[in-house]
Amino acid sequence: MSKKTDSNSYTMIFAVVMVLIVGSLLAFLASSLKPNIKENERIEKQQNILYAMGVNENDESSATFVDTSVAGEEFSKFITEQLVLEVEGNKITKQQTRTEYMEDNNKQEPYLIDVKKQQANAKAGKVRKLPLFVGEKDGKTFYVAPIRGKGLWDAIWGYVAMNENMIIQGAYFDHKGETPGLGANIKQRYFMDDFIGEHLMTDSGEFKGITVAKGNNDPKNDDKTDYEVDAIAGATITGDGVSAMIKKDLSLYVPYFKNLKK
Amino acid sequence: MGILSKKDAGLIKDPLFDNNPITIQVLGICSALAITAELKASIVMAVSVMFVLGLGNVVISLMRNIIPSKIRIIVQLIVVATLVIIVDLVLKAFAYELSKTLSVFVGLIITNCIIMGRFEAFALGNGPWRSFLDGIGNALGYGVILVIVGFFRELLGSGTLLGFKVLGDPIEKTGLYAIGYENNGFMLLSPMALIVVGIIIWIQRTKNTTLIEEA
Repeated sequence: MSKKTDSNSYTMIFAVVMVLIVGSLLAFLASSLKPNIKENERIEKQQNILYAMGVNENDESSATFVDTSVAGEEFSKFITEQLVLEVEGNKITKQQTRTEYMEDNNKQEPYLIDVKKQQANAKAGKVRKLPLFVGEKDGKTFYVAPIRGKGLWDAIWGYVAMNENMIIQGAYFDHKGETPGLGANIKQRYFMDDFIGEHLMTDSGEFKGITVAKGNNDPKNDDKTDYEVDAIAGATITGDGVSAMIKKDLSLYVPYFKNLKK
Repeated sequence: MGILSKKDAGLIKDPLFDNNPITIQVLGICSALAITAELKASIVMAVSVMFVLGLGNVVISLMRNIIPSKIRIIVQLIVVATLVIIVDLVLKAFAYELSKTLSVFVGLIITNCIIMGRFEAFALGNGPWRSFLDGIGNALGYGVILVIVGFFRELLGSGTLLGFKVLGDPIEKTGLYAIGYENNGFMLLSPMALIVVGIIIWIQRTKNTTLIEEA
């Protein structure tokens, strides 16, 4: 039995037509929705930064951002300066304010600096630009730094708010594709809140970072100077990724905080 | 069911019990292992698969007479991938919060063998309405197992359900934990999903011995 749809030429034509239709449909959708998606991502960055410094709608256990409609307004209200640093070894080689940076970079806001691209720059031997957001809330000054690293399946990233002594005041973590119920729980309150109050530096000024540790004998997280927080069961590699990105990316900011103290 | 004829109702009912995609056809096991560590993820996955399978079955069914049989698997794959990507893009643009919750599942939906399985076994040979019902039925059957597994894994592994601490607080030692109960961390790992699915298969075949294959 031979059907019309079995012939080679029909199969070829069908394949070509199908690819053309599907390809153009997806290309059209992707490019027409791009502005909306970009805008959503921009607002999300503002919400993330605000979340880390404690400007959020959290209730007892949920992690809730400020509403998208007020994110821009709150961002300009609480974030007083966006610095862009360039660091070599343990010296700051260049420090720009928001106005200076925007003049040099087609009016691009410093908070839109793509950390992934900057990390690639650093790998390629070029300069890595380090954004640092300075916020004021209830008379306290917060320094929020973006960090980025690798989880088990894909990228993980976050924003860490610190005070002038590099003591963590708030943290927000997110991920692209960690396992739901395991690694994905790094964006749960019980994990993120453990970081609040943790010291990143010893009293003598040595940068220790924070390790997401199994069996640190401190599940209630009372000890804030052990440079450890309690890990999530079943999410060892994601947890290690969090430790690694904190150590690697936040250590770059150490010269800035040392300058603050002088 | 008043609206559906007896035959059509069977399309929904059979996959729930006697022809369940996970416990009888043994399809979709990988996602059943991957995302059942908590109940919420199980429910999200079940709903997403229902949407994609219902819609995909209709599309394949409408195209069934023009699809060249030599490349039908590729065509099915393209249809499901396109559907999922469209949904993902639209959600990212208009319901960003929701898309963040679903992002992890996108890849898992495309590779879910139940979807390809139903396209191949049912939608290619049946009309759109019956295919739609078959898609919904199978997704429900898949969802039921996912929810059962998610329920036990979250309850015994983390002591919570949908994030609520139903057994008390393991750190403050309240509720059940006060009398020495401990969460079983092993429940959170994938092997336990397989064991829970195995127990469901066992119970199901004990109740209905006709399901047991001849050795």
